[in-house]
Amino acid sequence: MYKWLLISRYLRTRYIALASIISVMLGVATLIVVNSVMAGFGQEMHNRLHGILSDVVISSYDLNGLPDAEKHKQEIRALLGDDVQGMTAIVQVPAMLNFQYDGQWHTFQVNLIGIDDASYAQVSDFSAYLLHPDNQKQLDFLLREDGYAVGRKNFPESGWIRRRARVEYEKVLREQQLLESSLLEPDKPSATEEPVPSTPEFGEGGADSIPPPPFALGENQQDLDRGVEFDPAVEQHTGIVLGISICSIRSRDEDGEVRDYYLCAPGDDVQVTFPNSGRPPRAVSDSFTVVDLYESKMSEYDSSFAFVPLSRLQSLRGMVDQERGVAHVSAIQIKLREGADLNRARDRLQARFPAMQYGYRIETWKDMQGPLLSAVQLETTILNILLFLIIAVAGFGILATFFMIVVEKTRDIGILKSLGAPSRGVMSIFVGYGLALGIMGAGIGTVLGLLFVENINQIADGIGWLTGREIFDPTVYYFQEIPVIISPLAVVLVATGSVLIAVAASLLPARKAARLHPVEALRYE
Amino acid sequence: MSSLRTDRGAPSLDSPGPHQQNKPAQERPDTTVLLSSIGLEKTYHKAKVAIPVLRGADFEVHEGEFLSIVGQSGSGKSTLLHLLATLDQPDAGEIYFEGNRIDCLPAASRDILRNRYFGMIFQFYHLLPELTTLENVLMPTMIQLGLFKYWFGKSRHRKRARQLLDMVGLSHRLKHRPKELSGGEMQRAAIARSLMSEPQILLADEPTGNLDQEAGQEIMGILRTLNQQRNLTIVMVTHDQQIARQTDRTVRLVEGRVEGS
Repeated sequence: MYKWLLISRYLRTRYIALASIISVMLGVATLIVVNSVMAGFGQEMHNRLHGILSDVVISSYDLNGLPDAEKHKQEIRALLGDDVQGMTAIVQVPAMLNFQYDGQWHTFQVNLIGIDDASYAQVSDFSAYLLHPDNQKQLDFLLREDGYAVGRKNFPESGWIRRRARVEYEKVLREQQLLESSLLEPDKPSATEEPVPSTPEFGEGGADSIPPPPFALGENQQDLDRGVEFDPAVEQHTGIVLGISICSIRSRDEDGEVRDYYLCAPGDDVQVTFPNSGRPPRAVSDSFTVVDLYESKMSEYDSSFAFVPLSRLQSLRGMVDQERGVAHVSAIQIKLREGADLNRARDRLQARFPAMQYGYRIETWKDMQGPLLSAVQLETTILNILLFLIIAVAGFGILATFFMIVVEKTRDIGILKSLGAPSRGVMSIFVGYGLALGIMGAGIGTVLGLLFVENINQIADGIGWLTGREIFDPTVYYFQEIPVIISPLAVVLVATGSVLIAVAASLLPARKAARLHPVEALRYE
Repeated sequence: MSSLRTDRGAPSLDSPGPHQQNKPAQERPDTTVLLSSIGLEKTYHKAKVAIPVLRGADFEVHEGEFLSIVGQSGSGKSTLLHLLATLDQPDAGEIYFEGNRIDCLPAASRDILRNRYFGMIFQFYHLLPELTTLENVLMPTMIQLGLFKYWFGKSRHRKRARQLLDMVGLSHRLKHRPKELSGGEMQRAAIARSLMSEPQILLADEPTGNLDQEAGQEIMGILRTLNQQRNLTIVMVTHDQQIARQTDRTVRLVEGRVEGS
């Protein structure tokens, strides 16, 4: 009984010890915050990576890919059985993308992906990242009239409306230019009258076709030239879905508000140049009409992915075997049912298609993003170790404080012993004191940490407002809010760990107290 | 004493202890010896110099006796009292309580002995500064009982503590901390505490040493009353002859030996 009374009394009167538990408290709070934020980041990244990559991917090292996707799909279904939930074939090639904006040609290096619009959405979250609500349901690579990115600020008018408006604008501009040039130099023929090679048809192989020089053949000019058979106001090229970062720039305006500036939007035309399947590969170009934008919020993907219809890309690259009527694909993406063992599926596929024989790369999405995922894992681990060291330092603080308290309380310990308190009891006073301080520190720290995590976005805003600098700059990071996941297990582990450290730190001083000789303790001044 | 574990060779209550052959209690043959020591030796070591304090101290106190031990400072009075109270262990010699040897008991038994059978008061009162007067008085009971046992009898214990404080005239100081009390009040609180577990003997180490004349007399009055009304055996160490004269019997410690008077 006396132990509890004394512990509670010491808690209320020894403020120095309370000061020493603030470090425990801060350590616990920081650990919880860091763990939650790291877990949030990790989960967010996992979801995005996984959403984009499907579960298992069989890809070919050869740029021309693996032959006969249908046959491979049958093999895979036979091998994995009911685990397969969906499969899709894709063609993936490096490409160059050009479009004109404000009189300037912009060129981007992109990852051109030919997808089967019917099955691609089944294996990944692709559709969810598109901007038009109808495309989110089913993409058909056709330009929509209107209604892109509903509710998004600063998004330009898109779709057929944009396309018709641009054609109208260019017509007016062109007439004006014609008028001006005829006034200045009435003798010289205008630019449009010069003979311009028409866009060649890219046939099988396309080896002999020479792509027209982009600077000579402007987008609008090309439209005009083909005006007879191609009216941009009512017709579109093959559809293309562009990663949103390819055609937009995120920066701040004069008021410091984050804004996206769109260089091109659905309704505009772009040119894409990519290698064909010849040996050596030659460049092939074609015009595409942007039908939607793709925003996965993974900057790596958003700034490099461009999606076009699979069959169109296959025929442009010459990947279709005319005799047998089968087309080559770069990769087959497989979606497995929930809970299926990815590694096992991968191993079985590897056994069926040995690398020595087929030259396929068979990976799960985790294998593909392994370095990134393990980097995040390592970061989390190291942070955890560092922060636990902080709590350990707090433990040494408790150790030192407790030694002081034991010295200060020497006479009281002598009194207790003279009244018949056993050494074990004296020891348990100090261990219990340490336990109480640990519980208080860990408890307050846990509450603080959880409150911090709950309100992390407001706190980040507050700090941003105080320092005049945003913590998570939306021009750099893609998320609007800091993602957090509170893992109850982690919270419990952190709290109990720090309580244990506090108890461990009090053991040595407590033992010293227990071993004090009563007579000497009583004489202590 | 049944709850006390007797150690090796310790005589039971029935067999007469060896001290009875050694020094018969001639003066008060009608009473039994409560606490006694034979040939106690204790040497302190200070920086490799051995300082012998007790050199064979033989001592005994009878039931119901009010005894004072006098001697010059450094003569070993407090050491003797600490040894008798089992706070310290002698280098040689034996201590008997109610005929049982107690100096070589295991620590746990000595803790019980101090807690329930001995009451102690000190020159510097030795109250716990964090606790109120009432809590200080309750301390021996709290040490004796676990949390639940104490809780069940809480009101009874508190009532008893209040009675004791009332008896020493401190009923108006129950909620005060020791630093808010005067020296005499603190010593009276310490006496109340020592009586809490109804001890068989009270060991007082210079109880008036730090008090003025008046407060000292007050303490002596209380001790005298306790001795007379409750037949409480009291052993008091003092260097003050005048205080010592108020007791039934005085023994003198000279050069580490007890000289009766």
